[in-house]
Amino acid sequence: MFDVIVVGGGHAGTEAAAVAARRGASVALITFDAAKVGAMSCNPAIGGLGKGHLVREVDAFDGLIARAADAAAIHYRMLNRSKGSAVQGPRIQADRTLYASAIQQMLDRLPGLTIVEGEADSLILKDDGSIAGIRLGDGSAVRAPAVVLATGTFLGGRLFRGEDRETGGRVGERAASRLAEQLRSLDLPMARLKTGTPPRLDGRTIDWAVLSEQPSDSDFWAMSPMTTIRRNPQIFCAITRTNPGTHDAIRRGLDRSPLFSGDIGGQGPRYCPSIEDKIHRFGDRDGHQVFLEPEGLDTHLVYPNGISTSLPVDVQHEMVRSMKGLEHCAIITSGYAVEYDYIDPRSLDHRLALPQLPGLYCAGQINGTTGYEEAAGQGLIAGANAAAFALDIEPLLLDRATSYLGVMVDDLVVQGVTEPYRMLTARAEYRLRLRANNAHHRLSDIAERLGCLGQERQQWVNLYRRERARLDSVFDRKIAPNTLRVEGLSVPEDGIVRSVAEWLRFPAVPAEFLFSDENIASNPVLQERIEDARYAPYLERQAQEVSQMQANDAISLNGGLDYRTIPGLSAEMVERLSATRPATLGQASRIRGITPAALSAILLYVKRAG
Amino acid sequence: MARALPQPRRASLRRLYDPQSGEELDQALVLWFPGPASATGEDLAELHLHGGRAVVAAIETALGNVKGLRPATAGEFTQRALMNGRIDLTQAEGLGELLSAETEAARRAAVHASEGGIRKKVEQWNDRLLNVSASVEAELDHSDEEDVAAVIGSGLSYRRDCIALAEELERALASPSVERLNEGIRIVLAGPPNSGKSSLINAMTGRDVAIVSAIAGTTRDRIEMAVTRRGYSYILTDTAGLATKTDDPIEAIGIERARQALDAADAILWLGDENPDIASDASIILIHARCDEPERDATPDDRTPVSSKTGAGLSVLWEKIEELASRHIPAESAVFFNERQRRLITEWKNRLEAAAQEEDLLLVGEQLRLARSLCDQITGRAGVEAMLGDIFARFCIGK
Repeated sequence: MFDVIVVGGGHAGTEAAAVAARRGASVALITFDAAKVGAMSCNPAIGGLGKGHLVREVDAFDGLIARAADAAAIHYRMLNRSKGSAVQGPRIQADRTLYASAIQQMLDRLPGLTIVEGEADSLILKDDGSIAGIRLGDGSAVRAPAVVLATGTFLGGRLFRGEDRETGGRVGERAASRLAEQLRSLDLPMARLKTGTPPRLDGRTIDWAVLSEQPSDSDFWAMSPMTTIRRNPQIFCAITRTNPGTHDAIRRGLDRSPLFSGDIGGQGPRYCPSIEDKIHRFGDRDGHQVFLEPEGLDTHLVYPNGISTSLPVDVQHEMVRSMKGLEHCAIITSGYAVEYDYIDPRSLDHRLALPQLPGLYCAGQINGTTGYEEAAGQGLIAGANAAAFALDIEPLLLDRATSYLGVMVDDLVVQGVTEPYRMLTARAEYRLRLRANNAHHRLSDIAERLGCLGQERQQWVNLYRRERARLDSVFDRKIAPNTLRVEGLSVPEDGIVRSVAEWLRFPAVPAEFLFSDENIASNPVLQERIEDARYAPYLERQAQEVSQMQANDAISLNGGLDYRTIPGLSAEMVERLSATRPATLGQASRIRGITPAALSAILLYVKRAG
Repeated sequence: MARALPQPRRASLRRLYDPQSGEELDQALVLWFPGPASATGEDLAELHLHGGRAVVAAIETALGNVKGLRPATAGEFTQRALMNGRIDLTQAEGLGELLSAETEAARRAAVHASEGGIRKKVEQWNDRLLNVSASVEAELDHSDEEDVAAVIGSGLSYRRDCIALAEELERALASPSVERLNEGIRIVLAGPPNSGKSSLINAMTGRDVAIVSAIAGTTRDRIEMAVTRRGYSYILTDTAGLATKTDDPIEAIGIERARQALDAADAILWLGDENPDIASDASIILIHARCDEPERDATPDDRTPVSSKTGAGLSVLWEKIEELASRHIPAESAVFFNERQRRLITEWKNRLEAAAQEEDLLLVGEQLRLARSLCDQITGRAGVEAMLGDIFARFCIGK
C-alpha cells in the first residue's frame, strides 16, 4: 500500500513522484522500463523563453529538472540576453545519458520512493468512483488512494511516418492502449493531439568544417542556483539551412505525408510546425535555419532542430542531403509524427485533479501540453496535490500573479487547449513580476510551508533570505541629489533626498555607481533587487490589477450552476462555461468569449440565487 | 395562435386565435425569425396587428396567458442581442443613443454606431495594435527564431507604428462627442456692449429671453436658448458685451464667461462694426445690425444686414446659419464616440505614446498590453489569444 502512485517516468512523472516523496508520501513510480526514467524523447534541450521560467520555478520547490539540466549540460545559451531579465530565457543542451542518470540518482536518494516496472493496465476504482490503485499488465495490483497519470504520448499513442503506421508512444516502445480504452469508457472528455520529431543524424557523416558554429556562453550561469560549477566539457552547435532544393523535395513528397493526406486528425502545435507545414504555409521564404545539436558527449547522434517531419523515409533522406554540410549525411533514426490521447484539461481543477474520479491527478501531455518544462511544472503541481490528498495536508494552489506555473494551470483548466500548449512569456499578464531570476523569492515561502524543500535546499534558502535582508539596508540608504551632482551625474536639482531604491529609477544613475562596494556581476540576489527597483512603478500599477483579479477570484461560483438557466448567455457561452465549470467569477472572466455583460449576468444570477 | 408557423423571414397573412378560447382575435401579418440568425439571436416572432387599442389589448392578454411569456422590459431586446453576441457594446450604445437622439447629427451618428460603425473603426485600430504587439511579443518570445529577426528587422518599426496609430486616435478625438452632437450647434452672439445682441436673440427666438435696454452692460451673464429649426438644433447664447475696460466686477465676470462661450462656439454671430479680435476655430458671421436705421442703410460687402426691430434680413441670416449647420452634420461614414469611448481612446493614445518612447522592449510590451485591454473595454470583447494568432500567422516560428 502506497500513498501515491505515479504512472510514467518522464519529466512530469519524475517531478510528481519526487515532490510527493519530499512531502512525506510513500510513492510508487510505475514505468515500462526503469532504465528509461528521465528520458528526453525529443529535443535534447531544457529551458528557453518562457520555459526557462518554469524550470526556475520548479527548482524553487526543490524540483529535479534544473539540477539535472546542469548536471547534463554540454551547451549553455541565455536567450534575449540584451533584453530585460523578465524575458531572458536560460536554455541548455543536455547529454541525454547524463540527464537520465542525474534524474535517476536524485530519485534513488529520496526515501519512500519505489520504482515499479510494468504496464499500468487500468485504474482500480471503488464503487463510488474514487481511486484505489493501479492494476498492472500482469494482473497484480498496486494500491494507493491517489494516482498521478503522466503518460505523455503513450496514451493511445500512434506513430506516423509516410505510409507507415505503428502503435507506440516513442519509436520502438509500447503504447498504453488499454489504459486509454478504460479512460474513454469512463466517459471522460478525450480528444487527440499530435506532435512530431525530426530524424536523428550520424554526426560522423556531417561536414562540420563548412558550417557556422554557435559556441556555448562563456560566462558562468546555471539553471539552478544550487549549481556552482560547469561539470561537463562544453561543445558547440552548428547551423545549416534549408534551400529551394530541400523545399522541392518536400513538396514532391507532400502527398505522402500523413499530415496532408488527412490521416492525422489531431491538431499539432503552431509554434513547433513540421518542416512540411513550414514549406506549405510560408512558401515565400527561401530557407529555414536548422540547428545541428549534438545529443551527448559519447554518442554520434545529432538532433537537427527545425525539421520535425513525418514524410516517408526516402523523402527524409533526400531532404537532409540537400542541405549544406549534410550532403553525405546518414540518418540513424527517421523522424515521425505521433498522435496521442489527451483529456480536455477543462475537466480538471486547479490542483490538476479530476473531480470526476476523486484521487486522480493528471500532468503533462495527457493535459494537452507540450514540452519538458511544461510537463515538469504540472508534475510538480499534480504530485504535491496527490500527496496532499493522500496525507490530508495543504494543497499547492498558485495563481496567475505568483508564477508561470499558476498561469499555465489556470490557462489549462479555464481555457482548455486547441493545440499542444506551450508556455510563452506573452501568456503572463504580470510578466514584470514573474522573472526567471526572482522565482525563488516568489515561491520559496510557500514551498517551505508545504514541506517541499529538502535539507540542502532549505540551507540555501536561508542564505538567500539572509542576503536579501542585508541588501534591504543597502537599498534604504538615503542620498541627497547634490551628492550625485558633484559626482557629475545629471539628476534633478530638487533637493529631494531619495533612497538607493528610488534613485535606481533615474536612467542617469548607473547601478555601478550606487553599489560601488558590491560586486553586482557575481551577486544574483543584488541583480534581482536592482531590477525590482527599476520596475517598481510598473509593479505598483500591476498590483492594482492583481488585487482586482484576486477580488474576482474570491467570488465563488457553485460548481453545479446550470448555465442554461441564466438569462442572456449565448449558446456558445453556455457550452464553454459548462465545459470549464469555473470555480470563481475571476475564472469565468478569463474564459475566451465571455464578455463583461455576460459576467454581470452571471454575478446577478448568483447573487439573486443567494 | 396563428396555427401554422409561417416560412422564416417572410411576411404571411394569418388569422390569430386566442389559444385558450379559440376565439378569432385579429387578422395580422406574422413574421417568424428563427434563432440564431435573428436580431437577438433567439427565436423571434413579430405580429403586425390592426391598430385598435382593444385588438392590441386582447392579443397581449392572450399572449400573457401562454406559459413562459411575459412583456419585455425596457431595452431587453437590445440587452439580449448584446448578451448573445449579436451586437457589441458600441452597437448597443448606438441603439441607446438613437432612442435619445435629439438632433439630426446625433441621429446619424447613432445609426452609424448601431450598425457597427464604431466597432469596425475600433477593430481596424485594434488590428493595427495587435500587429504592433505581435511584433514586439515575437521579438520577446521568439527572438531566437531566424524568421522573426528577418521580418522585424531592426526591431524599431514598432515605434513608428505606435506613433502613427496614436496620431490617428488623436484625429478621431478631435471630432465632437456624441453628447456634443445631441446638444445642438452652439451659436454665440458676441460684440461690444450695446451692439444689439440681446435684441437679436429675442428676434431670432421670437421670445423675450433677454432684457433689452439702452444701457451698455445690461446683459451680465450668458443667456442660453435652445432652438430647433428644420431638423437642426441650436443653442443660441447671448453674452455680455466685450467691453475693453470695466470697473464693475460683475460685468467683468460676465465678460470672462462670454470668452468661455466663444471658445466652445461652433459659430459666432458678431455684431460689432469693427471686425472682431477673437481667436477661435468657429465660423464667424459678421452682422450689420440695426439695418433699419436710415444712417445705416449701406451694408458693407462682407456683412449680413439684420434688423431686430423689423425682422428684415432674419431669414437670410438663418439660411447662412443652416448652411453652416449642414457642415456640422456628420457624413454618413463619420464616426463619433461617446464620452465613455473617448475616455478609453484617450488613455489608449497615451499608452501608445508611452510605448513609442520606451527603451526597454519589455516595458513597450507592458504599455501595449494595457492598450489592448483598453481596446477590449471599448467593444466589450477580450483576448490574448488574438495576439498570439497574429504572431503565428505572420512568422514561421518553431524548430
